[in-house]
Amino acid sequence: MDVRADPTRQLVRLRGRSYVAFVFSPVVPIVEWLAEIDATLARSPGYFVGKPIVLDLSAVDLSSSAIAHLVGSLNERNIRVLGIEGVEEDRLAANMPPLLTGGRACVITRSESTQKSEPEPKKPTSLLLENPVRSGQSIVFMEGDVTVLGSVGSGAEIVAGGSIHIYGTLRGRAMAGVNGNSAARIYCQKIEAELLAIDGYYQTAEEIDVALRSRPAQAWLEGDTMKITPLN
Amino acid sequence: MAKVLVVTSGKGGVGKTTSTAALGAALAQSGQSVVVVDFDVGLRNLDLVMGAERRVVFDLINVVQGVAKLPQALIRDKRLENLWLLPASQTRDKDALTDEGVGRVIAELRSRFDWILCDSPAGIERGATLAMRYADEAVIVTNPEVSSVRDSDRIIGMLDSKTVRAERGERVEKHVLITRYDPARAARGEMLNIDDILEILATPLLGIIPESQDVLKASNVGTPVTLNNAESAPARAYIDASRRLMGEEVAMVVPAERKGFMNRLLGRRAA
Repeated sequence: MDVRADPTRQLVRLRGRSYVAFVFSPVVPIVEWLAEIDATLARSPGYFVGKPIVLDLSAVDLSSSAIAHLVGSLNERNIRVLGIEGVEEDRLAANMPPLLTGGRACVITRSESTQKSEPEPKKPTSLLLENPVRSGQSIVFMEGDVTVLGSVGSGAEIVAGGSIHIYGTLRGRAMAGVNGNSAARIYCQKIEAELLAIDGYYQTAEEIDVALRSRPAQAWLEGDTMKITPLN
Repeated sequence: MAKVLVVTSGKGGVGKTTSTAALGAALAQSGQSVVVVDFDVGLRNLDLVMGAERRVVFDLINVVQGVAKLPQALIRDKRLENLWLLPASQTRDKDALTDEGVGRVIAELRSRFDWILCDSPAGIERGATLAMRYADEAVIVTNPEVSSVRDSDRIIGMLDSKTVRAERGERVEKHVLITRYDPARAARGEMLNIDDILEILATPLLGIIPESQDVLKASNVGTPVTLNNAESAPARAYIDASRRLMGEEVAMVVPAERKGFMNRLLGRRAA
């Protein structure tokens, strides 16, 4: 009896298949570019998990070790690189992702993705307050502008990521552009503010020009100095 | 429909207790059944101003904690039979008040009276927040000076956020009562003027009570000023305010210094 199983011949089948990959195009300085990636990850952690990523290095001139370091840095962020393009092949070591060529740009349609990325309801970028803001109240709105139809009382404060608009009298504190938005401004119908701040630069009531008191005014940043001028 | 009205201010010494007693007596004089409730646990005063300090047996804390029944703690006024007092305890502190206990007492008072006037302690802590907690309306007592006005602003913010009504998305009806208004000092620009106060507080005015010796005299004899001398200027102002609370339209009188004939003539022409 012949027990030797006759191995059926395995054919090596080669098939072509195309995938859509994200293309990262790092720019110098790489450190800042990585910081940008970190910011994206901070907003939506796991965004790149399970997504094919290709590194396009045509915009930078990196040595072999620098490429290895970059790929390593991405790995640390759980971003795995599928391939690299836009670089001479001899700069890629054997343990690096392979060189890719002939990529075509296409529109990425976000497939109904896994677990975490439930479509976030679009957050409003402005906040409207129809009632006066009373002493002791603190309105914090980092997502954008705050508009107050009434007055802001002495001892109240408005903190906004964007600009602040007050159609009544501002007697309390207004802090605009708190997360680094130096283009933010503060407008009010009547200025009697205790403190105005834009992007960390501030003026207290004592520093505000007495001539402005009780007039419509706006405050903005010009370089490192806060300007307060009458509105009309 | 019973109405729960809190008399509050944030700042101390502005006249909350005097106003509670005066408004309570004025409402009772016009035939409403009224109870005034002292929430100033530990520093009670309303019993003195009402002249009932020697008749206190049980108090609000006893009722809140279930030690006494409500009728045992209620004290009827000697002058007006439809005016009652629920005194505070002087030996306890505000922590003895509980939210559900106060809610239960207020609910029981609602079934007995037309008006429940809660005399709030100063401050923004437990006693003050519980005094306003179940209010339908609020009288914010303000003196014409900046510190009092800012504290009132703070209290109005709390009325709009910390009361049961606010949490249900309803409004507490708010009124500003300006007390200790001195026309002579106002004329010299030594006090905030009425328009500025109302502009800052953005709340309708209930009345202006002039600074007067009559208020002090009435307190000293333990009688609400509206009962002690109903013809005095502060009493008339409180009586007008109580009529506005009942929904009547009463013309607002700004206490004024006695002016000369020419001034009055010019003043009228300018108006």
